Amino acid sequence: MASYTLKVRRYQPESGKGPFWEEFQVDLEPSLSVLDGLLQVKDRDDGSLSVRCSCRAAICGSCGMKVNGQSGLGCKTQIGEAHEAANRRNGGGEPIVVEPMGNMPVIKDLITDMESTHWEKIRRVTPWLLPHGEPPEREYVVEPESMIDITQSMACIQCGACVSSCLSMEADPDFIGPAALAKAYRFVGDPRDAETKERLHDLAQDPHGIYDCTHCFSCIDACPKGVAPMDQIMRLRRKAEENDVEDPNNGHSHMAAFTRIIEKKGTLDESLLLQESYAPGVKGKLKPTKGAIKGLLGSIPTAIRGLKTGKMRSLPKLIPGVHPKLPDGGQDEVKAIYEHAEEHREEFNIYIRGEEDVEPEPDEPTAAILADEAKAAAESEGS
Amino acid sequence: MSNGQIKVAYWPGCVSRGFTAELHGSMALVAERLGIELVELDRANCCGAGVIAEHNQELADTLNARTFALAQQTGLAMMNICSTCQGAQSECQQRLDADSSYRAHINEVLSGQGLSYEKGKDGFTNKNFLWLLVEDYGLERLAEKVVRPLSGLRVGPFYGCYVVRPKERLGYDEFPERDLYLEKVIEALGGEVVEYDGARKCCGFPVITMNRETSLRQAGTHVGDAIDAGADCLVTPCPLCHLNLDMQQPEAAKVVNRDLGLAVLHLPQLVGLALGAEPKQLGMSKHIASTKWVEERLASVAA
Repeated sequence: MASYTLKVRRYQPESGKGPFWEEFQVDLEPSLSVLDGLLQVKDRDDGSLSVRCSCRAAICGSCGMKVNGQSGLGCKTQIGEAHEAANRRNGGGEPIVVEPMGNMPVIKDLITDMESTHWEKIRRVTPWLLPHGEPPEREYVVEPESMIDITQSMACIQCGACVSSCLSMEADPDFIGPAALAKAYRFVGDPRDAETKERLHDLAQDPHGIYDCTHCFSCIDACPKGVAPMDQIMRLRRKAEENDVEDPNNGHSHMAAFTRIIEKKGTLDESLLLQESYAPGVKGKLKPTKGAIKGLLGSIPTAIRGLKTGKMRSLPKLIPGVHPKLPDGGQDEVKAIYEHAEEHREEFNIYIRGEEDVEPEPDEPTAAILADEAKAAAESEGS
Repeated sequence: MSNGQIKVAYWPGCVSRGFTAELHGSMALVAERLGIELVELDRANCCGAGVIAEHNQELADTLNARTFALAQQTGLAMMNICSTCQGAQSECQQRLDADSSYRAHINEVLSGQGLSYEKGKDGFTNKNFLWLLVEDYGLERLAEKVVRPLSGLRVGPFYGCYVVRPKERLGYDEFPERDLYLEKVIEALGGEVVEYDGARKCCGFPVITMNRETSLRQAGTHVGDAIDAGADCLVTPCPLCHLNLDMQQPEAAKVVNRDLGLAVLHLPQLVGLALGAEPKQLGMSKHIASTKWVEERLASVAA
């Protein structure tokens, strides 16, 4: 049994006061959870401390919260580990900091209002199957293999931890966000769904859709079930490209330009990337969108400032396409890689395939037992 | 912690030789002063920055397997100077290391070029300069090299997402303090750490061409928070963060509707200052946000 200090961000709207911090001492085994600690506070010190919880086993998804700034489930965060994490920087004496989830209005103490920032966004992506044609007489029959791809996004328990952690949503509350987009992939990847292209078009057209994610990986670390919502967003982008879905946010053109430049140059020609992201195929048919023209114009003051300090004062930075190729046949090697990979397009998902076991070291006792068995077998054959 | 000579296969990245060329330049200067020998991988290719993987994951994995194979040919550990390279390459390496048949498939095309990526060959590692500095070079050894302690300089760390998350992929099991290394380095150089909200948040750069306002709001908010916390400058191991925090800073100021004007240093520049190098040698005059205030703060301490 050890003693821990929980520093809880509280809010009691009926008091008429703003949020405040309160510290509580709890006594628990280190392997018990932060949620267990909060329930002990409720039991021993203050019954008004409010927290949502039910299963206490990381299945129901009720107890989303931030512990030391990290979004996750209170029941899946061991209090001993939380104590260590709180004290890594200063070596000791720091309390475990417990806060309600981020990016959501707080109703009371650790209870947040998930309606506007979670459930509404989930409904936004049409989270049900949209098959075409007459329904079959009995259930839909699909190959089990064809469903494996979406098992990762199906593992979501709707706890909201990813939404709480999302750094894009922090800057743009309209961003559809990690939970809803992971849910969107669950249907985009479903072989029974017939509106894949419409779904992708909808999510790509939205300025707060699939191209509003900044790759910050916060949702991957927050998710208690390994859904890796950011990975699902990247798969949505991949699917959008496969389905020839264009977007007004330069998302697809940026990705296509980046990929093309590396094939031609091996390293990044930044000025060409800027030009091609905003105005793909400028030398052929120029068809930049309104947003692209605005973006391109918006980058001019930045370029002028760069010229003044000398940052941009070199030909490859000023003139798209001047950037050199890789030396000594390197570029041909990169081209060969493109040919090979574009032909196969294998998508290796560790969540599904798992990590291969490390080659087993020869285990001495086992080897000895095998040798004994072999010897015994030889003897019995001989007898 | 080793006291011996450190020699690494060095992947500088793209942006560090492009829009933030002062990063590559200052790294070369600092490596020489620290006694780190850099064997530059000049035939290696872009890491894909997570963008190529959006298009074709196998393509990103193969491109990075090629870089790792080139590094393995030197028999040396690999070092990078870009958080984004670190993250994108670690992601590909995790998939390559997970499965021998996938690795064999990727190596098919590399073998035609006399290359092969082998898991764990010669204890192969790929580390950002920040990680190498703390884990292999050693903070005590670094502190011994300091000739101009950054006394009184208040520095806000800015990591870049790609060296902070996801923890499981980035070796935090083995090195749980990797998200505290910037603080440790700042202190080893004699500087003062400024705590502020944005140190481990996203700079917004990846969506600068897709959602400019969201992107610049992120950069502007973090720079503003650091100023409010009393920072003289930020330091970052990521040149892409530098683009949004420094190059775009005047634009970010417009979005968050406040004056900014905070110097943002690349990690080797901060180290270089403490090793006695002049700001101009370190390319600090190329920055958009003026570094003059930092230079004035340090001028009182004799080099």
